[in-house]
Amino acid sequence: MKTVMEGSHAVAEAVKLARVQVISAYPITPQTHIVERLSEYCADGSLDAKFLRVESEHSAMAALIGASSTGVRTFTATSSQGLALMHELLHWASGARLPIVMAEVNRAMAPGWNIWTDQTDSLSQRDTGWIQIYCEDGQEALDRTLQAFRLAESVNLPAMVILDAFFLSHTYEPVDIPDQAKVDEFLPPYEPKFLLDPGNPCAFNQLAPPDVYMEMRFSIQTAMQSAIGVLEEIQNDFSEIFERSYGSIEPVECDDADIILVTSGTVTSTCKEVIEKLRSAGEKVGLLKISLFRPFPGEAVRKVLSRTRKVAVVDRNCSFGSGGIFAQEIRSALCNVPDHPLVYGYVAGLGGRDITPELLEDIYWQTKNTDFPELDSFWMGIREVKDGIICSGS
Amino acid sequence: MLQFRFHGRGGQGTVVATILLAKAFFKAGYYVQSFPLFGVERRGAPVEAYLRIDREKIWIRTNLYNPDHVVVLDKTLFFSTNVTRGLKKGGWILLNSDSFPAANDALSGYNLAIVDATRIALKHGLGTRTHPIVNTAMLGAFSKVHGVPPMDAIVGAIYEEVALRPEANMQAAREAYESVRLFDGPAGAKEVG
Repeated sequence: MKTVMEGSHAVAEAVKLARVQVISAYPITPQTHIVERLSEYCADGSLDAKFLRVESEHSAMAALIGASSTGVRTFTATSSQGLALMHELLHWASGARLPIVMAEVNRAMAPGWNIWTDQTDSLSQRDTGWIQIYCEDGQEALDRTLQAFRLAESVNLPAMVILDAFFLSHTYEPVDIPDQAKVDEFLPPYEPKFLLDPGNPCAFNQLAPPDVYMEMRFSIQTAMQSAIGVLEEIQNDFSEIFERSYGSIEPVECDDADIILVTSGTVTSTCKEVIEKLRSAGEKVGLLKISLFRPFPGEAVRKVLSRTRKVAVVDRNCSFGSGGIFAQEIRSALCNVPDHPLVYGYVAGLGGRDITPELLEDIYWQTKNTDFPELDSFWMGIREVKDGIICSGS
Repeated sequence: MLQFRFHGRGGQGTVVATILLAKAFFKAGYYVQSFPLFGVERRGAPVEAYLRIDREKIWIRTNLYNPDHVVVLDKTLFFSTNVTRGLKKGGWILLNSDSFPAANDALSGYNLAIVDATRIALKHGLGTRTHPIVNTAMLGAFSKVHGVPPMDAIVGAIYEEVALRPEANMQAAREAYESVRLFDGPAGAKEVG
């Protein structure tokens, strides 16, 4: 059934359809509407799940680690500082190989206190062993949440479904809610490969000395790498049942493009309009949307980008001292390709500053008119600030 | 694509108005996108909410800077905030007021529609005497001013989405539809509908 629905509610709907058994969460803007809606579902009985209210995000993740260890399907949602507070337990969840699913609504890190969208919160968790999928619109948020459960449970790794604050989380648009029967067909009940079982007592996550720890880590790396292929298989099933499909990446007009813009999240939608406009003016420009960030689909990215001359990566995030994080990934995916394209990094839209069609066009023209990318990342639209902190050497 | 901006005060149902309208337009066959001003809200403080409609999928996902039309749910905002900011010339300003605003240069080039949504909300017992909830009345007036979405879509959206007293809200919308007055410009303008 197609209905007009908020991005946050699309995620809550997917969690309900996935018949999640335990939810634990601590409120934080802008993910609030996700768990608010889920608590209503638990209260009115339309979702038969245990809803655990806890005193912090750290405890929310700890509670799910416990719950997931008993072999049930689990979910939480958070943003920004809340995700940062979970950091220790994010490593624990992946190390313990628990398929916990989380919706992460991208919000800028403080200070300065800011509730608006910015990817630095989720990207600073990139090395925790969580699968990360970035969504473009409400439909994708719903569909990817369903897929995330199946993917996480297939490879025994936790997964994060990531939404832009407000531009996605608080935006109402038409979303197709699938039938429960179809979702049940796509996503059968979770069958744990191991679990805490009083009938078969054993201990998990004990001391792992040097002679075993490295193999355990290698197993995570192998599982993570396999997730790319597993997700493809899941996509095939998904498109057969629901007649919609998504890739790890989505190329638009890339075949003959001289310049390809790389985007993630809602910026992709706006950029599609820009590409259409530039194409109709005769510019040979394409767009590559990155959905799957961990594991990074390097092979697929290389296939699309190797043939082009210049790549312009739009990053709504920054790794201070280096630059945009997607740009780093793209560079490392391309560096061993002979005669690889030049990679131009652009940092834009931090802390919820708007990324408009005009700004994306500026990025295109700057890339076209600059022979060589001089900076790791060029900061778009930066105003001069007179009273900044003066450091020696600056 | 048409873009609308709604001005109201926290507690008047401004954001809900755009959601109801989005659902009504969707019922009438449009693709829709609505969202509130991204920020923090307080009761009584000025709020904004937005609506985009089109016959095709809407790709743009940015803030809305140049509305085709605006809706003002509180007449005190008419003078305390710049409700015509970025408004395209020829656009409609639908204002909740019991009287025609005095001559105002800022209004030249725009069309004005006046509806006494506060009186209508009070009459139908929506909200309280001090805090009437005017949003559903404004939707009825909206349908008359813009010709879309049709009243049956508005009434249907109210019926499905408004949990508290849907009948009274539907009546308020219908009464506003009948009583809104349309002018082809600011003070001294000719009534056109």
